[in-house]
Amino acid sequence: MNDLNDDLELELERYELFAGPLYNFHFNRRQFLQAFSGGIALIVPTSNLIAHALQQEQGESGRRGNERVPDDIGAWIHIDESGVVSVFTGKVELGQNIRTSLAQAVADELHVPLNDIRLVMADTDLTPFDMGTFGSMSTPRMAPQLRKAAAAARETLIALAAEQWKVEPSAVRIVNARFVNHDASKSLTLAEVAKGRKLVKTIPPDVAITPAKDWTIAGTPAPKVDGRDFVTGKHQYTTDIKRDGMLYGRIVRPSAMEAKLLSSDTKAAEAMKGVVVVRDGDFIGVAAPEHQTAVRAEKAIAVHWQAPGQPGNDALFDYLKKNAAASRGSRPVGSMADGLAAADKKLSQAYTIAYIAHAPLEPRAAVAEWNDGKLTVWTGTQRPFGVRSELAEAFHIPEEKIRVIVPDTGSGYGGKHTGECAIEAARLARGTGKPVKLVWTREEEFNWAYFRPAGVIEISSGVKNDGTVTAWEFHNYNSGASAMQVKYNFPNQDIQFHNSKSPLRQGSYRGLAATANHFAREVHMDELAQLVNLDPVEFRLKNIKDERLKGVLEAAASSFGWGRKKAEGRGRGIACGFEKGSYVAAAAEVSVDAKTGSVKIERVVESFECGAIVNKLHLHNQVEGAVVQAIGGAMFENIQFKDGQILNGRFSKYRLPRFSDVPAIEIVLLDRRDLPSAGAGETPIVGLAPAVSNAIFDATGKRIRSMPLT
Amino acid sequence: MNINVNGKKQRIDVDPQTPLLYVLRDQLNLTGTKYGCGEARCGACSVVVDGQVMRSCVTPVGRVADKQITTIEGLENDGKLTPLQEAFLKADALQCGYCTSGMIVAASNLLSKNPKPTREEIVKHMDGNICRCGTYLRIVKAVQIAAGTAREVAE
Repeated sequence: MNDLNDDLELELERYELFAGPLYNFHFNRRQFLQAFSGGIALIVPTSNLIAHALQQEQGESGRRGNERVPDDIGAWIHIDESGVVSVFTGKVELGQNIRTSLAQAVADELHVPLNDIRLVMADTDLTPFDMGTFGSMSTPRMAPQLRKAAAAARETLIALAAEQWKVEPSAVRIVNARFVNHDASKSLTLAEVAKGRKLVKTIPPDVAITPAKDWTIAGTPAPKVDGRDFVTGKHQYTTDIKRDGMLYGRIVRPSAMEAKLLSSDTKAAEAMKGVVVVRDGDFIGVAAPEHQTAVRAEKAIAVHWQAPGQPGNDALFDYLKKNAAASRGSRPVGSMADGLAAADKKLSQAYTIAYIAHAPLEPRAAVAEWNDGKLTVWTGTQRPFGVRSELAEAFHIPEEKIRVIVPDTGSGYGGKHTGECAIEAARLARGTGKPVKLVWTREEEFNWAYFRPAGVIEISSGVKNDGTVTAWEFHNYNSGASAMQVKYNFPNQDIQFHNSKSPLRQGSYRGLAATANHFAREVHMDELAQLVNLDPVEFRLKNIKDERLKGVLEAAASSFGWGRKKAEGRGRGIACGFEKGSYVAAAAEVSVDAKTGSVKIERVVESFECGAIVNKLHLHNQVEGAVVQAIGGAMFENIQFKDGQILNGRFSKYRLPRFSDVPAIEIVLLDRRDLPSAGAGETPIVGLAPAVSNAIFDATGKRIRSMPLT
Repeated sequence: MNINVNGKKQRIDVDPQTPLLYVLRDQLNLTGTKYGCGEARCGACSVVVDGQVMRSCVTPVGRVADKQITTIEGLENDGKLTPLQEAFLKADALQCGYCTSGMIVAASNLLSKNPKPTREEIVKHMDGNICRCGTYLRIVKAVQIAAGTAREVAE
């Protein structure tokens, strides 16, 4: 099983990482020391392994001594001489509220109020390298690292306070941001201890962090730390940034994907007052002092493109199967032949999933500025360092000459991993010699970004009449390998992912292919339950040994009232699953209009368990939001395309969930303080679609094996 | 031409066909009003003009000359949040926050005309505003808190 998982790990990265650098030494000791003015700094090396090696190399360094600053800094915490606590991390805030939850983790270890913590995030000149904000990794990986740094900072400060009072460190405590001695007769503030110090330490690899059961600030429903800036409209997103002398940019887009430029005439645009046209190969862009002028100039450019014929979505699924590569790597478990021989009933079915768009409400945007050969770009991306690399490559300049700053961004959902808009803005800025702001239009977002991959999934299975699944063969074509593995206790499995040629540009999406794979698996499970005439919950439980999966399934069924009598014209469905360390189960009730056949989701109960809960308020919000977002992919989101053009690439043609689409939603959060916290931004999205499909079957007897459910 | 935004009269020199959105954002530096779709389908650009919610992305500025325009920046009073803004914080009715200005502007217009809206009235009034993060239930709750009709505070 381990081998199988290792193989699949590689596939998972295919959509997630776009292969970031294996090592990155650009935020090095020199840069760090430039940024560090005084006070006390605790450094988290990129891995504890390296920290451990450093410790050995340095031998037993004294508790107070300055240490060698490591080459690879993963994050650092700085307490300056005025007592201000700053946390430097390359992670990005996109609405998932890690600015709050990471600050909670640090405040918890340092014993200071949440408001005393300042997070400096996603600025390639100020924060250490980070691969990117995706894959539900901030909470399970960054938070414990920051906790270690904060715990080490606390112990260092306590030692300094103890020294000042000439007592043992064990006689000093930190209570509410003040150091106090054994009888609380003396106290010092953070500033008083940090004053006049210039101390840098690397966190020891074995520093103890507070277990979840003893959390005081983490684990509480702290509100969004800078919420006020959002309800007043004051928060400055990338789209809101203004620089002196800034121009507004606009790009001339090809008529279709893969189109080649035949001819262009830019004279009329160039004649407009204040307009600069920038040409570089097939790149044509304009910049002007006002947005409207840039729009007019772009329209005034006459262009002829030649586009090759390209597949459309009418024959998409045949195309994906026809162009599929042989599966890679994974070895079957047990024997399909034995499993099928042991089965009383067999079933083979195919499931399909459409391309869908992320449609973050803030479109891709960038403000670019060149000063003395140095490029600064503000942009909304989930991969600031990846975008810096893209810029370095595009402009043939070293990364040291580029600074990427990511203001807290108007969401991403996996859709903002790439740097196209940053490169375009920087090209316009270089061509005009002025700062340029480029905000993609909604149509550009749909046409020139990338999509969640479409796919075909085929499942062949065998089941005994008592409900035991004996054989499970699963092939995913193109949509991705995430969560293909089962948490069910199937003795014979053959699970394969097949790359294919995608007619559209595709990439990461919230939950990746976990949505597609859960959809196919959980609808198929429902079909098997029906085949052997068992209740869908009972049938699943029969095949589950994993206690956590069982826990969420039972919690959802119980809160939903699974066994209760249902009303006329209603149907109920359930689904469960696991991905990225967290467990989910969703139960849905639908009504189907007898005349029109139109389906309405009436009620959803979703249970979710991701180990110890860091912030119940924001977790609840994330899970509920994922359910709502999932309604789009389940019910109506579907990219239509032909010959390299997106046919429904605007909000008037591409329906997103709205207020009136939202059913009653009950979220059941299981808090496991005995388990480490997993990320929660993605997995809650996977359960809804299969639950609704199964509910439609329950109401109508009709199986729907495609997403969206049409 | 003259423009009257948040109770302040200003002269602007602009093509009257320019969408109000860009005048607010680029000329008056009122960036709380957002671009989302450019075709009046998402509500991120919502402002109130003479008591009506309008989509500033499709409203030529020439059409609103001398009318009373209110943006998100015009809601606060002496640095004090309105009960609706407070309620958004209390109900945690946002994630990325990009739709929030439009949501609050649209909802405050509803409450000014209908101080105790039913749930159905809230949904109907707000249905043109998109929250891609999916915080709709929390936004409804926030409006109910501000209206004093919420049964319980959202978690």
